[in-house]
Amino acid sequence: MKWLSLLANKRLLIGIPYLWLLLFFLMPFVIVLKISFAEMAIAIPPYTRLFEYVDESLNIALNIGNYLFLAEDDLYVNAYISSITIAFNSTLLCLLLGYPMAYAMSKASRQMQITLLLLILLPSWTSFLIRIYAWMGILKNNGLINNLLMSLGVIDSPLIMMNTNFAVYIGIVYAYLPFMVLPLYANLIKHDASLLEASADLGAKPWKTFLTVTLPLSRNGVIAGSMLVFIPSVGEFVIPELLGGPDTLMIGGVLWQEFFGNRDWPVASALAIVMLILLILPMALFHHYQSQELEGRYEN
Amino acid sequence: MKTKPGFSDWVLIAGLLFLYMPMLILVIYSFNESRLVTVWAGFSSKWYLELFRDEQIMGAVWTSLKIGFWSASMAVVLATMAAFVMTRLRRFRGKTAFSSMITAPLVMPDVITGLSLLLLFVAMANSIGWPADRGMLTIWIAHVTFCTAYATVVISSRLREVDRSVEEAAMDLGAPPFKTFMLITLPAILPAIAAGWLLSFTLSLDDLVISSFVSGPGATTLPMVVFSSVRLGITPKINALATLIIFAVSLAAFVSWWLLRRQEARRVALLRQEVADTESTDFSERRIKAVLRINRKPVQQGLTTKTE
Repeated sequence: MKWLSLLANKRLLIGIPYLWLLLFFLMPFVIVLKISFAEMAIAIPPYTRLFEYVDESLNIALNIGNYLFLAEDDLYVNAYISSITIAFNSTLLCLLLGYPMAYAMSKASRQMQITLLLLILLPSWTSFLIRIYAWMGILKNNGLINNLLMSLGVIDSPLIMMNTNFAVYIGIVYAYLPFMVLPLYANLIKHDASLLEASADLGAKPWKTFLTVTLPLSRNGVIAGSMLVFIPSVGEFVIPELLGGPDTLMIGGVLWQEFFGNRDWPVASALAIVMLILLILPMALFHHYQSQELEGRYEN
Repeated sequence: MKTKPGFSDWVLIAGLLFLYMPMLILVIYSFNESRLVTVWAGFSSKWYLELFRDEQIMGAVWTSLKIGFWSASMAVVLATMAAFVMTRLRRFRGKTAFSSMITAPLVMPDVITGLSLLLLFVAMANSIGWPADRGMLTIWIAHVTFCTAYATVVISSRLREVDRSVEEAAMDLGAPPFKTFMLITLPAILPAIAAGWLLSFTLSLDDLVISSFVSGPGATTLPMVVFSSVRLGITPKINALATLIIFAVSLAAFVSWWLLRRQEARRVALLRQEVADTESTDFSERRIKAVLRINRKPVQQGLTTKTE
């Protein structure tokens, strides 16, 4: 127990998690940044050194070629654009479906809320991979939907749903819906019911109360939920790989291919750095909200 | 209060159906005799037998469970410290950086985390010779890092609700900070630590992308095996595996649902008890209350008639 009481020391208390995060969270990005300026080489590891001591002087070889390469090639530019488009549309779909769900949950009785909360959480505890896999059997040409529609005589030839962007949208909405519902629910549940009553007393119709009171108050929840869906979707790899087709171009898959397929570590690093830069604003938004939550400061 | 279900209630029902139908279909088809997943050919449990005979899958399950256990355990230790720092300590130099590093892993795309950690491990192996080869240890480090972020959110939200005055009282009575933590704070946040541990455990079991980056030839986790077989198409063995996972998770969820509900029922009973207690107080007090209630009534009625 004696060594444990050392942890009460304020410096150690801050220091241990701080060091862990510095070493295993911040340091890796510094290294990615460094390698993104290196050149591919046939060596182990497969990239050139940035700093070299030649004749007792320090040579720094900064190579922005990787970034120029990304800007020149349509493949990469298109992959970024289509990743962001797909992520944005999926976030919107999640919001449209998730907001009413969270709203209905927050209005249910307390006993019911516990049940509903667990029902929303349960799918996200089962394997992500397996939930995406489940859609493969439903969407494919001789899958359940097509079999059902053909036996009912609605269609003659199977609808092509698998390996399309449609399947990717279904997969992302399906996998990330709980991440939208939970922050929204957590926000809506904190609202003061007397505000709604006051609005009703002053003669506002229910939809007007919703638009002028509930919706503005839930801004933080909307931001948190949207960022929790949008940011990981941009870099999503598994869903486009399993459900997407040849037309589906997403940056997560391109990075994976560049790293594992072409073994071009510097270009993969540059891809990651550009993705990070694109995501900095959404991440800052999320961080702003989340640190308020962590420290217990609320605006409303 | 509400009588008929509104628009949002219907969306909630539709959303829940959307979430559960695919999993239900997987469970049904895991008992399908036929290899063709979409054609029903009678009930059979043969795919479960084949699953248990598959040594690669069984080995991967064991590897994943071990990594999950140790990742979750380390993550809650770091997360408890981090949550304590976030909620109890006043501003210190680097607090913004600290809180950014805690929350950033929550939304960092997996491919970036995986790639950057792998490059770190390679650079470390080159410069200091450690870690010599990649495998369970490197996966463990990677999982601890992102699990800590999730566990910190869970634990800190509970830590904020703990009544500070009890902690302050203990310190006023001369308990050193550490003893106060062990005797007062820790028991109060234990449920949140358990929840953080379970969340970390499931996240670790579930991770595919980060593990694929930082793993070596020695360690193959369950999602890696599932992914490589699913990529080739649908296999009934994976349906059986999925059913077992869904069953295990549902069982755990049911137990926690039951516990939460019982806790809630006890809280309601306690409230009723309190109400009953106040009503059985002596006669004069009840009369005063009755008078107050009568006096209040017209005002309330006035309000309700105005709204309707």
